[in-house]
Amino acid sequence: MCCWPSLFLSNSRPILSCCPCPFMAALWTLSLVLSGCLFACLALNPPQLYDLPPSLGSNGSRSGLSVDRPMVLRVFSVDYHHVQAPFEIVLWIMLASLAKLGFHWSGRVPAVVPESCVLIMVGLLVGGVIYGVRHSAPPTLSADAFFLFLLPPIVLDAGYFLPGRLFFENLGTILWYALLGTLWNVLGIGLSLYGVCLLAPSSLGDISLLHCLLFGSLIAAVDPVAVLSVFQEMQVNEQLHILVFGESLLNDAVTVVLYKLFESFLRLPSVTGLDVLLGGCRVVLVGLGGLFVGLFFGLLAALTSRFASRAQVIAPLFVFLYSYLSYLTSEMLHLSGITAIVTCAVTMKQYVEANVSERSNASIQYFLKMWSSVSETLIFIFLGVSTIQDIHMWSWPFVCSTLLLCLVWRATGVLLLTAVVNKLRRNTVTFRDQFIIAYGGLRGAICFSLVFLIDDFPKKRLFITTTIVVILFTVFVQGMTIKPLVELLDVKRKKRALPTVSEEIHSRLIDHLLAGIEDVVGYWGQHYWKDKLQFNKKYLRRFLIGEERQARSSILRVYQELKRREQRGDEEAPPDSNQCTKQIRTSTPAYSRHTLHQDVTTDRTRKPLQRHLSLGERRRYNTITHWPQVLHAVLQVHTSKSGAVSKALPFPPLDGK
Amino acid sequence: MGSRASTLLREEEIEEIKKETGFSHSQITRLYSRFTSLDKGENGTLREDQVNFRGFMRTLAHFRPVEDNEKNKNPPTTEPLNSRTNKLLFAFRLYDLDRDDKISRDELLQVLRMMVGVNISDEQLGSIADRTIQEADQNGDNCISFQEFMKVLEKVDVEQKMSIRFLH
Repeated sequence: MCCWPSLFLSNSRPILSCCPCPFMAALWTLSLVLSGCLFACLALNPPQLYDLPPSLGSNGSRSGLSVDRPMVLRVFSVDYHHVQAPFEIVLWIMLASLAKLGFHWSGRVPAVVPESCVLIMVGLLVGGVIYGVRHSAPPTLSADAFFLFLLPPIVLDAGYFLPGRLFFENLGTILWYALLGTLWNVLGIGLSLYGVCLLAPSSLGDISLLHCLLFGSLIAAVDPVAVLSVFQEMQVNEQLHILVFGESLLNDAVTVVLYKLFESFLRLPSVTGLDVLLGGCRVVLVGLGGLFVGLFFGLLAALTSRFASRAQVIAPLFVFLYSYLSYLTSEMLHLSGITAIVTCAVTMKQYVEANVSERSNASIQYFLKMWSSVSETLIFIFLGVSTIQDIHMWSWPFVCSTLLLCLVWRATGVLLLTAVVNKLRRNTVTFRDQFIIAYGGLRGAICFSLVFLIDDFPKKRLFITTTIVVILFTVFVQGMTIKPLVELLDVKRKKRALPTVSEEIHSRLIDHLLAGIEDVVGYWGQHYWKDKLQFNKKYLRRFLIGEERQARSSILRVYQELKRREQRGDEEAPPDSNQCTKQIRTSTPAYSRHTLHQDVTTDRTRKPLQRHLSLGERRRYNTITHWPQVLHAVLQVHTSKSGAVSKALPFPPLDGK
Repeated sequence: MGSRASTLLREEEIEEIKKETGFSHSQITRLYSRFTSLDKGENGTLREDQVNFRGFMRTLAHFRPVEDNEKNKNPPTTEPLNSRTNKLLFAFRLYDLDRDDKISRDELLQVLRMMVGVNISDEQLGSIADRTIQEADQNGDNCISFQEFMKVLEKVDVEQKMSIRFLH
């Protein structure tokens, strides 16, 4: 494990730019100044403080660090060690942010190259420079730093802004892909790789089956960070987005379990059937355990926010604290941390939003976006830096076959699973969508960190090299080509629109209508279950939301939101494709990565249906609003008969159109 | 249920319903058993206004998912019942209580009142209704015609929303 300061040894370079303008000149100057500072730091630091092989010997220029007793009073001195660790951390983050800034200012580049690629390239440059200067490997991304500090903000941000309704509508499919798909990939890749190793015994003979399976388990998982950063620029239709993205989030449970399972198998003297069975139980435990931990902390956070009205300033803090706590707790118990933090965010979001003030809500959203953005940038830069190593081991058959197998197994897995799941879905996943799902399975930093955690064995360096190659391939090749492919295949895109009250009202009517029809047909669909579970929500909401802030109707909320925006004088123009933070004002009812949106329409405003009459039982009519009244009204007008109805059926007479 | 369904529903009827609505044979028989279980009075209709099985099926046909391959096999002469326009027409008719092919402000208010609930003031409801009409109305008659209704919902994925997967 590398110690902290070594993580942040860096040197910055001018960022890619194509358009000379005053701002770019300022950026260049700033970068040069920054590089100068960092060079000075490099010169000042004795190498022994870092985790690098002491190959340099003593560095001659130890100026300013003399340990001799001063003969005269010093007027001016430099004490770098005092501030070293935070100083370097800040410089790294500064480098990452300037790179990001430069990326967005650099003319035509953002249209062609996704941000992750540019950041990795910057990282490669930085790593190369460090290697050139120090003639030894630059510091690598410490697995602990990654899992404990860099990953949680991204996943929290993803979970908080998850379009809830869409996610739960597609939850079955997502779980299907995440669990079975990952399992399929892991076993497929692992076993095929073992076959490849058997075919080339000269160079790969000492890789056992368990090693291959272990490698398969870490390379098969789709990475949420990479998926997010590529898909957010693509604007595909929401269903597709949520399928890929949900899968990448939820497959963590399977990955974690399989990885740890195979690792512990490697340490055991022998593996029996019982161990495999226990491993299977562990998957369930890890997934459900993460879920419950997340739920627990989410509800706690909701409850705390209820009482936060008197200290609104620190209310946002609770969101972060509880989420992080849930992540750490599940990591401590070896459960799936990602599942925990996502569940926590999804659970507490609606209650927290109802309980805290507008400003606190805005601060929560801003901070989430900021932290996740910084994290993501840092991850990609470190990926680039860590690629420059001198511990690579190359083997053509292994690397190429891994690449090929990853693609092949993912494609076949998606095809097979979709064929099954389409029979059960209301809206089928088309072939084009399937292609994008298969092609969008990007690997990222999670694989990278996991491969470093493997116990040392002769071919570990080969695994590291292969992992890096796979990650770079998926991010660069697949990341860059997926956008033109989406346009070429004419995949259904996201509809960008401002919410209107009409849409909200009519959509709600259709929801009520569908609930009624499902009941008539006797089909236990989503509307039916949403309705059944709504009673729980009623109790929870009353408990967790402060008295004065009980939820109003969603229609009213949309209307008031629109009125407020008009009063503020925002123009109601559709958001442009640049996705700057100005779009916070104009609400895009879709999940987008780097903008904050008042997601007025999608999940927050989907108030659960209220339906008190079911056709199976003859219950007393209730005066609370629900669909039978609507249809009753219809029937009343048509049949001009009054009186209580025990069965209401939606039959506006269709008299021969 | 199965035997009862087959005795009461003749093959020719099934064929006719199949052609009219596009359901498959097994779906029709399954829905028929559902119909008979709802029909407590055993007089072949539901409720006093004589909705018979044909009407039942015709209504449910609106909620079949839209399939692309249907168009290729045999282009139907009339528009199928589950097309987007017909789905929207169904929803439109829920508003349009007096069947004058326009949603007036009062009709809208009535539906809104039922959906939104009792804990909202009349004037607020009125302004929501006004805004809804304002968003949709294009010819200035303060009513929403079917064309305007369709236009407002053009961005909503009605085919997906208004579909139920009928089991085969």
